[in-house]
Amino acid sequence: MSQTLLATTCLECDAEVPWENDARVGEIVECPECRTELEVESVEPPRLVLAPEVEEDWGE
Amino acid sequence: MNSATLRLGVLASRVRFEEKCILAALERRGVACEQIDPRTLAVRAGAPWTGPRTVLNREVGHYRALYAASALESTGARVLNTAAAAAVCGDKWQTSAALVARGVPTPDTSLALTPDAALAALEQFGYPAVIKPLVGSWGRLVTRVTGPAMAAAVLEHLAALPSPQSHIVYVQREVAKADRDIRVLVVGGRAVGATYRRSDEWRTNVARGAVSERCPLDPGLTELAVAAAKTVGAHIAGVDLLQDPDGRLTVLEVNDRVEFRGLQQSHGTDIDVADAVAALLIEEAQA
Repeated sequence: MSQTLLATTCLECDAEVPWENDARVGEIVECPECRTELEVESVEPPRLVLAPEVEEDWGE
Repeated sequence: MNSATLRLGVLASRVRFEEKCILAALERRGVACEQIDPRTLAVRAGAPWTGPRTVLNREVGHYRALYAASALESTGARVLNTAAAAAVCGDKWQTSAALVARGVPTPDTSLALTPDAALAALEQFGYPAVIKPLVGSWGRLVTRVTGPAMAAAVLEHLAALPSPQSHIVYVQREVAKADRDIRVLVVGGRAVGATYRRSDEWRTNVARGAVSERCPLDPGLTELAVAAAKTVGAHIAGVDLLQDPDGRLTVLEVNDRVEFRGLQQSHGTDIDVADAVAALLIEEAQA
């Protein structure tokens, strides 16, 4: 069961973004305030970047 | 080979529910797994590949997935699904052609080489009919046309698009159906589970808000889904089917990097898609 241990900051609106302890690099988290998609760039240390925009050939 | 000594890779730029579950399943099975991000991947032709010898392709972008598979295979790595399967599954016409060639039931489809030719092809089917982009997912730009005036307008827009591929038009006779389609997950030639995807909209993609409900697997559904996956060469496949009011099943498409969140959640703990994928990956690596 994942558990929120700490929070990082949204790059768009500065709100606190909960950090799950089973986070993985490449995972997308959503800012609870502004709904911006953020990508987990690094787990140790926890670091978020803005997620790339969805491209036309994405999905299944 | 001991599973602890296997070197497996999962190719993904975006770690979604599915990738997270697969990575966790591999860890539970005691297998070390390397995440390969295609955004930082460059493969030199003819140079030895020092990465994992067996790679699961979970890249979200079709072209990146296709070329990554091809590049890794050129180094001798084993990629699931293969680049050949990704090329067929990622292109709606290649899929239709493969299904028809093997006698797998699929909706009546034409490939028109110009938008003008598409109008004539649509006339043969009658309306409503469906125009789809050759490449694309989540129901994007799939258009149901209800008559010739609407079709002409859509085709005029296609003709104005800059990409030459947009001018090759895939058209399909509409299948009369209930408000749902069926997705069957096939892993290693075995149907793992199935869901109905129900929507208020005519496109029943979960990405468009469709809801997944558990669908019982019967022999007819299982046989057809397994045959469709085999036809396109996919070891791991999400086979999308429609059932017409008379109960006849047709295969709409086969997804080679299938999303299965809705299917998994509708089954609770009764099935474990990610673990089935992990088991197949380990088996392939040991082969």
